[in-house]
Amino acid sequence: MSEFKALDGTGAVAEAMRQINPDVVAAYPITPQTAIVQTFSEFVADGLVDTEFITVESEHSALSACVGAAAAGARVMTATSSAGLAFMWEILYVAASNRLPIIMTNVNRALSAPINIHCDHSDSMGARDAGWIHLFCENAQEAYDTVIQAVRIAEHPDVLLPVMVLFDGFITSHAEERVEIFDDAWVKAFVGEYKPKHSLLDLDHPVTYGPLDFTDYYFEHKRQQVEAMRHAQKVILDVADEFAKTFGRKYGLFEMYRLDDAEVAVVVSSSTAGTARAAVDKLRAQGAKVGLLKPRVFRPFPAQEMVAALQHLKAVGVMDRAISFGSMGNAGPLFLELAAAMKIYDAGVPMADFVFGLGGRDIVPSQIEGVFRSLLQIAETGKVSELVSYVGVRE
Amino acid sequence: MATKLNLKELSKREDRLAPGHRLCAGCGAGIVVRQILAAIDEPVVLANATGCLEVSTTIFPYTSWRVPWIHNAFENAASTMSGVETAYRALVKRGKIPEQNVKFIAFGGDGGTYDIGIQALSGALERGHKMMYVCYNNEAYMNTGIQRSSATPLGANTTTSPAGKVIPGKMQPRKDLTAICAAHNIPYVAQASPHNWRDLMEKARKGVAADGPAFLNVLSSCNRGWRHDTSTTVEVMKLATETCVWPLYEVENGVWRLTYKPKVKKPVTEWLEAQGRFRHLFRPENQYMIERIQADVDGKWERLLKLCGEA
Repeated sequence: MSEFKALDGTGAVAEAMRQINPDVVAAYPITPQTAIVQTFSEFVADGLVDTEFITVESEHSALSACVGAAAAGARVMTATSSAGLAFMWEILYVAASNRLPIIMTNVNRALSAPINIHCDHSDSMGARDAGWIHLFCENAQEAYDTVIQAVRIAEHPDVLLPVMVLFDGFITSHAEERVEIFDDAWVKAFVGEYKPKHSLLDLDHPVTYGPLDFTDYYFEHKRQQVEAMRHAQKVILDVADEFAKTFGRKYGLFEMYRLDDAEVAVVVSSSTAGTARAAVDKLRAQGAKVGLLKPRVFRPFPAQEMVAALQHLKAVGVMDRAISFGSMGNAGPLFLELAAAMKIYDAGVPMADFVFGLGGRDIVPSQIEGVFRSLLQIAETGKVSELVSYVGVRE
Repeated sequence: MATKLNLKELSKREDRLAPGHRLCAGCGAGIVVRQILAAIDEPVVLANATGCLEVSTTIFPYTSWRVPWIHNAFENAASTMSGVETAYRALVKRGKIPEQNVKFIAFGGDGGTYDIGIQALSGALERGHKMMYVCYNNEAYMNTGIQRSSATPLGANTTTSPAGKVIPGKMQPRKDLTAICAAHNIPYVAQASPHNWRDLMEKARKGVAADGPAFLNVLSSCNRGWRHDTSTTVEVMKLATETCVWPLYEVENGVWRLTYKPKVKKPVTEWLEAQGRFRHLFRPENQYMIERIQADVDGKWERLLKLCGEA
């Protein structure tokens, strides 16, 4: 059972949170995330949830309180954006290393300076090595579905890692869409009860959380985090399967669109994937063999699976909504990671990076068509003249 | 019935901070923590800011804590404990765990409390979490090697306020964090010192019994930084109170009260002389600093007496 509602991305996530009814939410306002916690506050004020909501004085304290509450055995959620995520940075590592299954929606927004409230991916990309699972969502529906799945992924005993659910600021967070909202009871049944193994509130079995490791143990603890991240991929897929059986919509590590018989493809996540789909359709109608791969799971990075999906192509273009300043070619993080994977697994496909949309700069179908035309040229010549180019910038 | 605060009864209790921790000989922090935890009969859950107490008690795979304990980071013991305390209320409300009158206590040094943690502390106090925050105040960043904090007293020689040829140590008096916490209008705020153990233990009891946040600012000698013999910890802290450098008082529901008044207010030189960190002040060219310190202490003491209705 479900019903369709007109919701923006923040409203859809707030609905998921209402249905999950977590024990504790700690959050701080920041544009464009604010609407999530504002809407959730209304649910608290109206008694639609019985969550304890901590209105902290900063994002640093938001995640710090989440760490405390999760260590105390509570199911915990928060939300942030941009500078808020950056301010949490220190505690992102603490949450992951203490293996606390915290769920955080990060509405992707550019980092200062200059201050800019609009979308790009520099915030979450900056936190990509912190030990969190990163799940990108294209639209409000995916955001809603993914928050529900995130609970199961994070709390799985083979994983026990925090999860970031990511979608585009304003484009997804503030655009109303038709969103299928499932029955409360179904969602509650799907997420189940959280039964923590080690809780600060288990007074008969006192635990010490967050001790000091010297050179003799720190490395092993980091190594264990690697195992958790390795297990995460299977769990993400298992949870997606169960979600598909229960609710009907199917999710994987990434989505492929007209990729099987394509000669060139664009790899782009989040809302821009929707724009890219339109560009694919238009070019296909003109006879060009183009396709799309939309990454969903960025951490753990599905390197082999992506390579398997892309190795038949004659050219691959990655579209990055962030820059890894000073990296090879000043490319974006998605390109760097995928280029490494393609090389390691001998794909031998020419690749180029197309940085776009920083600070919310619009990206329109004709620009993505331009990306495809560049890729078709690369496919024809086998030569990449520009490793990294910038789409829609005034040079 | 609460356990009587006499040594015979208290010595029968098992320490919640087990022996074998690696705090220095003569360290005040261990004394402070043991006195506070011995005063409380109820179950406790503890949070600890990064600092000496944290690193000395939880060197993996060992822990000195016989009670639940969490360390998160340096600046966030208050917000971490906010989360723990809130989780407790949430889980009790939902019937997932039993109501057990658990007391939530956060410990932080002065660096983690006066400086880097003041925002998290202020936020937690304003939100009204039922928790007690204890600052074990050794008046500098001792864990990193004796750097000045905003709790470091005027004139002290530290590694970042060294007594040099032209600057004689720290040139600013300490921040009055106890008064700042009192200004949050929380139910209980107190300043204490473990040399007066009964006073500290009574304050700890009042703190955890308060219907809301409590803050204890507890003097805690670090002989490595204060430069005194390991055997004189308690005497040096007592001198801080006898000279009115560290008055013992409480603010209970807005009412200020001295809990100890020296019969004779000793000159600050007695406290200064007892510690190597002030040795340079006794050079003739630094005499003005001693006068400044005495004037600062006198002014604050007079103001405190007024607040406590004693003047």
